[in-house]
Amino acid sequence: MPIIYEPVVRCGDGWSRAAPDAPALEVEGLHFAYPDGHVALRGVSLQVRCGEKVALVGPNGAGKSTLLLHLNGLLNGGQGSVRVMGMPVTTSNLPFIRARVGLVFQNPDDQLFSPTVYEDVAFGPLHMGLPEDEVRRRVAQALAQVGMAHYADRLSYHLSMGEKKRVAIATVLSMHPDILVLDEPSAGLDPRARRGLINLLRSLPITMLASTHDMLMVRELFPRMVIMDEGRIVADGPTAELLAQPELLEAHGLEAL
Amino acid sequence: MMLPNTLDRYHDRPSSIHDLDPRVKVVVTLLGIFSVLWLPDGAWGAYGLVWCMVLAVALVAQLGVGWVLRRSLVALPFALVAITLVFTLPGQTLFTLQLGGWEIRASDAGLVRFGSVLVRSWLSVQMAILLVATTRIPDLLHALRHLRVPTLLVTILAFMVRYLSVLVDEVTRLLRARQARSAASAQGKAGGSLLWRARIAGNMAGQLFLRSLERSDRIYSAMLARGFRGQYVTVNPHRMRRRDWLALGVALAALGMLQWLGRALS
Repeated sequence: MPIIYEPVVRCGDGWSRAAPDAPALEVEGLHFAYPDGHVALRGVSLQVRCGEKVALVGPNGAGKSTLLLHLNGLLNGGQGSVRVMGMPVTTSNLPFIRARVGLVFQNPDDQLFSPTVYEDVAFGPLHMGLPEDEVRRRVAQALAQVGMAHYADRLSYHLSMGEKKRVAIATVLSMHPDILVLDEPSAGLDPRARRGLINLLRSLPITMLASTHDMLMVRELFPRMVIMDEGRIVADGPTAELLAQPELLEAHGLEAL
Repeated sequence: MMLPNTLDRYHDRPSSIHDLDPRVKVVVTLLGIFSVLWLPDGAWGAYGLVWCMVLAVALVAQLGVGWVLRRSLVALPFALVAITLVFTLPGQTLFTLQLGGWEIRASDAGLVRFGSVLVRSWLSVQMAILLVATTRIPDLLHALRHLRVPTLLVTILAFMVRYLSVLVDEVTRLLRARQARSAASAQGKAGGSLLWRARIAGNMAGQLFLRSLERSDRIYSAMLARGFRGQYVTVNPHRMRRRDWLALGVALAALGMLQWLGRALS
């Protein structure tokens, strides 16, 4: 099975090669409160450069998912700003932003809403208005990338959890995003499926931001780690350095390895 | 985890019927059902002919005659509703029944009408069974979409197919959680009052509704995240080939002939 994706660090306009240290994501002073009054973000600032793989950790309720939903404009309305590839996230920019940021939800049953795997992977490209043969090409490519090339005609609800996760990732890869944003990618996977997912994420040449509780995966896969707690970023640095501070980890509900 | 076959009636066989374009199968099935309903009462010869056709298709599709027959029995209880026809249509009296102070009369015309309704609905159900057994659900949805069935309707059907099993899983988990805690103590009888149990059941229904509502929110977010802007777009993977047109032509001719025979014979 030949691998048909280009192993370049992708950043910039789709497949083009931008300067490897150009900022891909810029979040500045982001505040957000849900309609019921619950304050989820209290001034979050974060920069992710092209090609970086960043882990977002912290206890439940720290605001990780809320932050991720801001990255492609599913949530907005608070103070602060989000820029993706230099483009501010505003209502008029949303269609472009959503093609740049590939958001993979935690529960693949929410993400895979079409009857067949093929239709789900084709959903994004089709809504970008791409011609049909380009859509087919991208679907084949994305499914090959996640190792699910033979599953195109399968029904989504017949797949195992690990397979669903892979397809969920393919559904955003087919849009050729610049940044892959994952919400708890390894949650609910058995050890073998988790191992397969880690290898897959490592093989993808793409900027990545993933919220997770899986510290072993963080150590293995993400050189940079950001700790969030109570709507703020409390630490941001090289994973090895932060993991070497057990007091810091325990203060924010994390376990030292 | 629910068995997938409870929802999926598709039977994968390497037959020429399975291979036909789904649009042809949908159109022929619908026209077939209409044409059976259109046959006059008591056209037993024509009914027999339809049954032979259904059996022939079942054989070609490698489904087996017995299997289709067994599946079709589910429809009979519904058809029994038509039994009132026996007693309401005017005609020659066959027998009378005393029911309290009422005397009801069975007529011959009513009996013929009832028998015809029964047979026609049973034949229609068999056709529908053949359709879903030989066509995958996604292909059926495609066919409907390309036959200009309103997109909203097809999309609702697609979501229903996709999430029915998820919903059933959800219900199973709720029921299991209740069962796991439905214990009895050594003293006193277990179970609580009827009112209390009814309230629990009501709470569970509410839970299910809330969970579904939240899930629909998340699904909608997932659609928006991938660029959904209110219009559902799909690729068209089906092309009509020569044999699809041929099958359509033969089926239409057969149905036309059936109408003519049904009228000529009765």
